Formats: sequence, structure tokens, C-alpha cells
Amino acid sequence: MSELLRSAWRYRHFILSSVKNDLKARFARSRLGAAWMVLQPLAQVAIYSLVLSRVMGAKLPGVTNQYAYSIYLMAGMLAWSLFVEVVQRSLTLFVDNGNLMKKIFFPRICLPFIAVGTALVSNLLLFAATVAIFAIVGHFPTSALAWLPLLVAVNVAFSLGLGLLLGVINVFVRDVGQVMAVVLQLWFWITPIVYMPSILPHGFGRIIELNPLYYIVSGFQDVMLFNRTPDIVALGWTALGSLVLLALAFMMFRKAAPEMVDVL
Amino acid sequence: MMDPVLEVKALGKAFRDYGSELKRFASWFGARVTPKAEHWVIRDISFAVGRGEAIGIVGQNGAGKSTLLKLITRTLMPTEGSVSVNGRIAAILELGMGFSPDLTGRQNVYHAAGLMGFTREQIDRAMPEIEAFAEIGAYFDEYVRTYSSGMQMRVAFSVATAFRPDILIVDEALSVGDSYFQHKCFKRIKEFRERGTSLMIVSHDSGAIQSLCDRAILLQAGRILKDGDPVEVMDAYNALIAERENSTMKVERLEGGQLQTTSGTLEAVVASIRLYSEHGDPVEYIDVGQPVELRVEVKVNADIPRLVFGYLIKDRLGQSIFGTNTHHTKQVVEDARTGQAVRYVASFPMNLGPGTYSISTALVSTDTHLVDNYEWRDLALIFTVANHSHPHFVGNAWIPPHIDVTT
Repeated sequence: MSELLRSAWRYRHFILSSVKNDLKARFARSRLGAAWMVLQPLAQVAIYSLVLSRVMGAKLPGVTNQYAYSIYLMAGMLAWSLFVEVVQRSLTLFVDNGNLMKKIFFPRICLPFIAVGTALVSNLLLFAATVAIFAIVGHFPTSALAWLPLLVAVNVAFSLGLGLLLGVINVFVRDVGQVMAVVLQLWFWITPIVYMPSILPHGFGRIIELNPLYYIVSGFQDVMLFNRTPDIVALGWTALGSLVLLALAFMMFRKAAPEMVDVL
Repeated sequence: MMDPVLEVKALGKAFRDYGSELKRFASWFGARVTPKAEHWVIRDISFAVGRGEAIGIVGQNGAGKSTLLKLITRTLMPTEGSVSVNGRIAAILELGMGFSPDLTGRQNVYHAAGLMGFTREQIDRAMPEIEAFAEIGAYFDEYVRTYSSGMQMRVAFSVATAFRPDILIVDEALSVGDSYFQHKCFKRIKEFRERGTSLMIVSHDSGAIQSLCDRAILLQAGRILKDGDPVEVMDAYNALIAERENSTMKVERLEGGQLQTTSGTLEAVVASIRLYSEHGDPVEYIDVGQPVELRVEVKVNADIPRLVFGYLIKDRLGQSIFGTNTHHTKQVVEDARTGQAVRYVASFPMNLGPGTYSISTALVSTDTHLVDNYEWRDLALIFTVANHSHPHFVGNAWIPPHIDVTT
């Protein structure tokens, strides 16, 4: 494990410049450039707000702002977009870079780091846009926001652990990528992002409690909308589970690395 | 070998089919799983490369050349055996791999050199030299998508060779852009060699192998068939690609110590071959520019619809000097019968520079020996050209000049 991290550190310049190039290349020929990173999730928020604000608006206890539902959506969406981007990128990481891996020797561990780096930068932009919009509608986050870096870290650990694990398997069994496209859609709806957990009928609450992302997303909502400390115990368990998952993924990656190029 | 930079020991690579991928996953976690099928691409490969040595790797498609190189550059992991490298390897295999069209040449250089493991500072230091070597002017700061393929190759070669490696791997007859740049590339490769870089060249081009390499390795079906002098290895390789059903390959040691390789299906064979002077006397030592006749007698052992005779004069290093065949001169013998004898006389002035030369002969049915190879004989005849009657000159060709000097 430490060997993996050492070689990633040796290639830190490469990782940084790859993140930069990745972002640059993604928006190289579009007029709005990096703005698209923010516009897409915000457009989704706008659509849900438009469609669902009447239905959901009244169900947010303790928040007086008339845009409360939109704020709730944006907080959840910030967490979700980071999760989904890291998972999707890690999932196809090795398949997409197969050609490069076949031809050039470099520490393969750079690839997940590049993916996470890119996702973090675009999420940071989304965060900035979100805070700006909050200010416009008159909602100012408080000191509870100091919890956010920890929440982001847990989110990254969980999504990278899951994505890397599935990404390694996806090299050998390509169905994983297809299945995950569907699973992620379902996952979006079993996570309280567009709705509040309180509106669920009794039985569903239990299902949601099994969803690790629930604790992460509600942490985001706690610190960004409700201005309160997230549920530390639940978050702690989620963090622990995420770290175990991440360790498992790295172990799997190490075992698979020698055989990966054989089947790419 | 005192100080090998590369040592390959009992190297083997197998691609495994586990039947079910679950078994593969289980094998990572210590379960003892026997794969359903194992396909060995290369096996029992052992050799060492000394500092500054140049080695050619030849072999037919599928012989395992690429797999061997991938194992050496560590993009593939060996199934058995080991590769130990004492220094840094650079490979000019896939020039421009990892270049992004939406970045400028300069940005791509940072990216590609980073991929090779260099730090920002090292790249910064090498950048002026890389830019100068590529010679693409202001395009260096343009997007790569606006480049011609030749320009992209120039930048790619410049990065790949910006830092002198201990081993340089060059794949296929280095086709980098125009001939001006090719010469520049070869010059750089030669400079590297003088400073102690070892070379590994993969090519089908016997000229490149023989002129650049000290040693060659012939791979066949994943094993080393021959490892030794490049001229002998290339002869064996040529015999191998002509090998067909019923065909034989024979290697004989000549008096001079060279190895003569003969291969083919033997429906027609060279019964005698000799050089004669214009007076009809057999000669072995020939003056520069002297007219000679190459007389070859061919014996036909089976009915063949089409008989083509070809010969190739090679210099001492095995480089081709001149070759042609009766397909190109439109003198094909149709319907040769069993037992028939065919005589060929080729008359030409010996316009070669002083040195030792050899003639290879081919008896085939078309313009190449790859369709029917009746007989291919390397070193069928060896002769020496000496300069008795002309002013001193160097080189393989005799191009008599008329020089005017005005003062």
C-alpha cells in the first residue's frame, strides 16, 4: 500500500498536470468552457425546483426561507454530483485508458488520483456557484460549514472505494459498467435528495438507513441548509465503512494490476 | 558480459483463460485455481544486453516480439522468469501516445514527459532543447489538432529522446516524418550509443538491423531460434519466412567461416555459380570497373510452370548493393520440365568499391520468394573487388567522376 502511495507521490506533477489537461480538454472547444461544469447540475436543480417545489416546499420544518426547497436540493445535489462523478469515472478508468496502459509504463495508481482530482475541482466550482446562489436568495451558511471538508473526504473515500472496486472488476467483466448505469439511477431515487426522508412511508425509512450515501447527503444538507452539526455517530460509521471499502479496493487493484493489461 | 544493463532470465508470458472470471478473482485472494486454458506467447527467453550494445529483434508476425518488448518495458507482467533492468528504458514504440489534440505542443510535452516520470523542473530544463530539436517553429505553441502527422511525430520523438536513456527501444524502421528528420533521428540515436546507451531495434528491415546492430535475436513461435551475428540471423530469418511445406533449410559452414543458409522446396536448384572475366576465365578477385559475367546453371527437379531466377549482391555487412530477377527483366522460363537445365549469364561491369561481396541467389515463381521458394541460397558466391587501375576512392559504388579544377 505504501509503495502505491509512494509512486503516486513521485508522479504528483504528472497527476496535477493531468487534472489540468483533463479539465482543459473537456471544455476546449465549447464557448462557455468551465461554466458547463456548474451549469449542468444547476439546470437539474432548476428543473426539480420548478416541478417539485409546490409538492415538497411545505415539508421542510424549521426553515423559513421561501427558497428552502431549492436550497435543500442544491445541498443534496452537491454531494450527489461528487459521488456520481467519481464512481462513473473510476468505473471506466482502466478501460478508457487501456491503450495508454498497454503502451506506456507508468504507475497505474495515478489514474484514480487524476479522476478524483478532476471531480474535486469541478465540485469545488459547483460549491462556489451554490454558495453564490444561496447568498442571492438570502441564505447564509454558518460555522457548521466547517464540517464540509470532512464530509467531502468521506464522500470521496466512499465513492472512490466503490468506483475503484467496480472499475477493476469492469476490466474483466464489462457488464458491470452497464449494470451500474441503471443502479446509479435507482440509487439517486433511494437517496433523499429531491425529497425529505420524513415524507417516506414507514417501511421505506429502513431501506434508506441501509444506504451509506444517505448519511453523507444528509450531512451536506445539515451543514448547508439547517446550519447544524451533522450526525457524528452515523458519519463516523460511514467513514469507517468507506475506509474499509477503499482499502479493499486498493488491495483488489494491486492484485489485479498485473493481469489487467492482459485483457484490455 | 561485464555489466549487463538488461538481463532477461527464463522469461515466459501466458495469457490465461479462467473460463469464469470469478475464478480469476478468487485466484487474487489466494485460492488455488487452475486456468481452463493457458496460451504461452513467449517462453524460455534468456539473454543479456551489455552497456552500449545494439541488439536487433527479428521474427515473423506473432513470433512474440511485441510481447517481449512489453515485458521489458514493464507494461506487461511476466508469468514466469524475470527481467532486470539496470537503468532507465525509453521506448520509441508508439510515438504520440497520450498526446491530446486539445493541448498545445508544449503542454503535450509536459504531459508526455510527466508520463515518463520526470519532474516539472527537469522538463523545464529540457524544454528549449526539445523545442529546438522538433523544429516546428511557432507551431510548438499551437494546438496539436492543427498539426500534420509529421509534425506530431517530430514533437513526439523529441520528447521521447529528450533524456538519454540507458536502453532505447526502437520499433520498426523508424518512420519519423521526412528524410531530413529521419537522418536527424538516426544521428541522435547514434550519439546516444556513443555515450553508452544500449539499443534494441525491432524491424523487418535487414538493412537497418545489419547496419545498426552488433547482435540479432530471431524469435520464432515465442522462443529464441537464433542469437548471434546479425548477418547470419537475418539469413536464417529470410530462410524462415520462405519456409513452406516440404521445404528444407540447411546451414553449412563455408571455408571462410561464414554460414551459408540454403532453404526452399528444391524443385529447382543452383547447380553451379561462378564469375568469369570478359575473356572467359573464372575470377575471384576483380578489378574495379572490370566487365564480368555471372554464370549460373540451374537444375530443374520437378515440372514447374514458371521459373524466375534472381540474384542479390551484398556487401560485407549484408547490406543490399544490387539485386534483380528475371521476372523484372521479363525473361521468365515457362513450363520448365524435370531434368531440364537452365543457364543464366548476367554480364555487367563491376562498378563496386574495393571490398568483399557476396551473391545470394533465388529460384522462385514470381517476383518474390514468398509465393513459391524453390531455392534460396545466401552466400552462394563470395568475391573480392580490389582497386588496381583507378585513383583511390572510398565507398561501395564506383561512380567515375570527371573533375574540373579552376584556379
